[in-house]
Amino acid sequence: MNKLLQVTHLVKNFGGLNAVADVSMHLDNNELVALIGPNGAGKTTLFNLLTGVIPATSGSIVLSGDHGTYPLNGKRAYKIADMGLSRTFQNIRLFKNLSVLDNVLIAMTSKFKEGFIPTIFRFPSYYKTEQQLVEEAQKLLAIFELEKDTDVLAKNLPYGTQRRLEIVRALATKPQILFLDEPAAGMNPEETANLTELILKVQHQFHITILLIEHDMSLVMSLAQRIYVLDHGSLLAQGTPDEIKTNPAVIKAYLGEEA
Amino acid sequence: MIKLKANFKYNVIWFLIMVAGFYLMNTLILVGVIDSFIENMLVTIGINIILATGLNLIIGFAGQFSLGHAGFMAIGAYATAIVTQTNSTPAGFYISILVGIVVAIIAALIVGIPTLRLRGDYLAIATMGAAEIIRIIINNLKITGGAAGMFNIPQFADWPTVYIMVCVTTIIIVNFIHSRAGRAVTSVREDEIAAEAMGINVTKWKLAAFVLGASTAAVAGSLHASYLQTIAPNDFGIMESISILIIVVLGGVGSITGTFVAAVVLGVLDTVLQNFGTLRMVIYAVALVLIMIFKPSGLLGTWELSIKQLWRRPKRKERVES
Ligand SMILES: Nc1ncnc2c1ncn2[C@@H]1O[C@H](COP(=O)(O)OP(=O)(O)OP(=O)(O)O)[C@@H](O)[C@H]1O
Ligand SMILES: [Mg+2]
Repeated sequence: MNKLLQVTHLVKNFGGLNAVADVSMHLDNNELVALIGPNGAGKTTLFNLLTGVIPATSGSIVLSGDHGTYPLNGKRAYKIADMGLSRTFQNIRLFKNLSVLDNVLIAMTSKFKEGFIPTIFRFPSYYKTEQQLVEEAQKLLAIFELEKDTDVLAKNLPYGTQRRLEIVRALATKPQILFLDEPAAGMNPEETANLTELILKVQHQFHITILLIEHDMSLVMSLAQRIYVLDHGSLLAQGTPDEIKTNPAVIKAYLGEEA
Repeated sequence: MIKLKANFKYNVIWFLIMVAGFYLMNTLILVGVIDSFIENMLVTIGINIILATGLNLIIGFAGQFSLGHAGFMAIGAYATAIVTQTNSTPAGFYISILVGIVVAIIAALIVGIPTLRLRGDYLAIATMGAAEIIRIIINNLKITGGAAGMFNIPQFADWPTVYIMVCVTTIIIVNFIHSRAGRAVTSVREDEIAAEAMGINVTKWKLAAFVLGASTAAVAGSLHASYLQTIAPNDFGIMESISILIIVVLGGVGSITGTFVAAVVLGVLDTVLQNFGTLRMVIYAVALVLIMIFKPSGLLGTWELSIKQLWRRPKRKERVES
């Protein structure tokens, strides 16, 4: 059987630095996988490669769909998003000066078409599509308890809520695979607990695959079905949470960082 | 469906305001309050509104700093001058507007496809260069009359034509901004990387805003040529691009209402100060500097006049009181 996403021998060099060095990994349908590793290990860079934000130096990324396999290398980021890979950002990248509702509507742009002429001359069909869009966005916002904030500018939301909105925005693109880059960063324990529940809910309700970068080990261990450990750009280990917890190489990498 | 009716109501109100404005002007001209001198000023203001709303779409909403707007205006102006000289009928005039739009769209695509990949300062320099190239081409062609320009262009654009064109282009641009297309364009301004990751084809939407802005500039150029009846390549130099930019910046980058206000304020100021001779440019410049110091976001920032909100506010109050 083909894996949903198969990554083989992926490499990214920044000048002399091997940020991602020969990484091979895969994701299955409806899996929740964590990607961990010390600061500067190359986790975010790997996300950027997978979502087409930056091009890979070499290696391949292949997505399996109903009608065969699609190579993602060299594709523009918006095309990759259209194929069902969506993400959040480590340093929040919301559309700050736009409303919560607009942030979500923008992510739905490529899923709803409106012609130029019906838009300019405000045909009834234009209002109908708009209405559909807004209703769908509001449904999504309600799931994340953001329905009261639809008109608030994204920049005026509290930090934790901004992270939540980023997840909603990513879901609005109707992804098959969702990449979350440190979703709990800067959250207090209570917010983190809420987030943990929310991520599980998203995985089940939307039947999607999630790859999660996180430093909060309690969150990782309670959520992940599998874990990849990245260190200095290479995969150090992979396995179930229990296997990772007792892996000597992983312990050494983490202790070595602290020492 | 309820919402559809409500939106229809706001559109009707806007339409009535436009019609009322038309009849107000018509009456004032008949009564003699507006003489040909003031009419001239109002037409110039109208043309500047068309130019500046288009540029505000590009700068304020798509976030692309273009400094070559006068180049597209030149294309429209020369299209009208050339076409109406051979076909001197109202139909010829409207055909010339279409010709101007088509050529401006082609030019915008040629300029935009390579340059919209650039950012900030580079884009400003590239668009400025493109407008210069357009001007130099016009300067050296026979059909455009070279550096001397073109005279005796038949006058088909009177103030009602300009008024209607201001309404039409504004409706097009405002409706574009308040739609799926406008949201996509604004997301590009906010964060290109995030927009692209959310499935927005950044290059396509930048280009869409640039091309739409360029085609309305061509319309303004056509009106300019037909109303003034005389054009020369130097009318469309960097100074013209900058004065359009000043209207946008003064009114508020990202506020179409602000563009209207600034175009009127600057148009009136310009006319009033004509009696002051050289002092005019000084007063003009000082006024601009003061506004940039005390209100750097422009007169109106990003505020927009909305009938919908004006309509709803009193109603909301009533509800609270009752
Ligand atoms: N655009 C870039 N140009 C040059 N070097 C880069 C670039 N992006 C990342 N790097 C370098 O690549 C390495 C990996 O960075 P990356 O951001 O992927 O780490 P990370 O695992 O996400 O770390 P953290 O846990 O701190 O977020 C770092 O040494 C970083 O400095
Ligand atoms: Mg990171």
